[in-house]
Amino acid sequence: MVSAVFHSPLEAAAEARAAAREASGKPANPASVPVPAAVERAEPVAAPAAAAARVDWSGWALRLLAPLAGIALLVAVWALLTMRGSSFPTPAATFEEAVKVFSDPFYRKGPNDQGIGWNILFSLQRVAVGFGMAAAVGIPLGFLIGRFTVLDRMVAPLISLLRPVSPLAWLPIGLLVFQAANPAAIWTIFICSIWPMIINTAVGVQRVPDDYMNVARVLNLSEWKIITRILLPAVLPYMLTGVRLSVGTAWLVIVAAEMLTGGVGIGFWVWDEWNNLNVTHILIAIFVIGTVGLLLEWMLIGVARRFSYDNA
Amino acid sequence: MKNFIDVHGAEMVFSTKKGRFHALRDIHLTVGKGEFVTLIGHSGCGKSTLLNLIAGLLLPTAGALLCDNREIAAPGPERAVVFQNHSLLPWLTCFENVHLAVERVFGARESRAQLRQRTQAALELVGMGHALAKRPHEISGGMKQRVGIARALAMEPKVLLMDEPFGALDALTRAHLQDELLKIVARTRSTVVMVTHDVDEAVLLSDRIVMMTNGPAATIGEVLAVDLERPRNRMDLAEDARYVHYRKEVLDFLYTRHGHHAVAA
Repeated sequence: MVSAVFHSPLEAAAEARAAAREASGKPANPASVPVPAAVERAEPVAAPAAAAARVDWSGWALRLLAPLAGIALLVAVWALLTMRGSSFPTPAATFEEAVKVFSDPFYRKGPNDQGIGWNILFSLQRVAVGFGMAAAVGIPLGFLIGRFTVLDRMVAPLISLLRPVSPLAWLPIGLLVFQAANPAAIWTIFICSIWPMIINTAVGVQRVPDDYMNVARVLNLSEWKIITRILLPAVLPYMLTGVRLSVGTAWLVIVAAEMLTGGVGIGFWVWDEWNNLNVTHILIAIFVIGTVGLLLEWMLIGVARRFSYDNA
Repeated sequence: MKNFIDVHGAEMVFSTKKGRFHALRDIHLTVGKGEFVTLIGHSGCGKSTLLNLIAGLLLPTAGALLCDNREIAAPGPERAVVFQNHSLLPWLTCFENVHLAVERVFGARESRAQLRQRTQAALELVGMGHALAKRPHEISGGMKQRVGIARALAMEPKVLLMDEPFGALDALTRAHLQDELLKIVARTRSTVVMVTHDVDEAVLLSDRIVMMTNGPAATIGEVLAVDLERPRNRMDLAEDARYVHYRKEVLDFLYTRHGHHAVAA
């Protein structure tokens, strides 16, 4: 099971610090450890002390202009490819349409024609319910697996077997059991997003340093105190990595599930617009799905930072 | 002096992946109440293993260990351990780290205010009264070790077990903390068993020095009684003929008679 850890940039930073601490026998100064670029990419290159008073233009350029240039490049290529006119809409046409779509996001014209705002909210609600249930089951289960080796050995083969199964393979089972589309979609999210949380929590518990557990033994702490004062804080960074991966998975799965189950939701919207051959709307949906996924990720990185005891 | 810790024919064999490793054999040791005993030996001689046996973190494969006439079967707060790497919980403040121990030992009998006072007093005893709200990563290595000692002392243990508590510190900080420890032990009359690899530290602090032979299957080679009156002062002792003599005795045991074959220098 240990082989299945997912390394997040935050976790890698924590591990690097831990390694440095072990090597020197003293706590490492966090600043002396190279922080992975993925997290702290926003940090400007260290400016010389003399230049500190001046505005760090090269830093700003890197931070702001480079990402903008990337986006501009994508739009330029897109514009070039659609210049001759085809069934594929141009950037300008897509933008115009997007303005129209977003000018009235919460209209309702019957069950199959609702504003994009409603579609996003319905999808998010399914994700929240499915993911919430997965967290409620997966995190305690991960704790148990991490704490009791027997349990670990028992469920390890099951997890290895079930984890790689495609989301869509779970959908018929949900439809069969629940006899309804909406619970089936939620079920699919549940089953697909539970694995990272189980695995990361379990690995986190298994990796709690022996020193801390020795402290618990010498102090003769109760199991409750061990859980609240030692295991929970020590495992939290791992757990949050699991949660982040799970939310990502849930958001991936919802689009696919909704395409098959129908109803109101961003996935269904994509499929509906494909049936209408409205490619512009599909492109808008892709941007929207990407943006919402990005926001979810940012939100959870923020939470993870808040609860990481290294920066607290 | 009453025998307080009694190690009787203890033997420790670890079963590792590479096979059985015979760490300790035939250990006989008694520690009296209020005595300060250090265990010294080359690395890998099993001195930490012996300390862990007394702590109850390990159980011997043969023999028996008694503390206050009761068999040591598990770790307990009456045998507080100061770990080599301080082992403070990084998500708790210094106060909370110590309070966790105080709460466990006295929580059933005393009020919250009393528990808080005990915690504060323990931290003040080691000179950390100013850093109650700091987290371990905000203070220096020496300060962390002080808090580790405060945590152990706050439990009012029958025995203080210290596993190379100053090993990771620089020489100046180490000397300072040794002096502090001498004062604290004089005040609290604690029984202490300390593992060290520092000859000066052993002679300065101990009533008796237990010198261990090299592993595998290490045992106690010699026990040296250090007959120097307390309070001890490192400056005066440096030129004291007896101090020099004891120091030479330990060095002689470690380097002449039980020189570590693996260590060239």
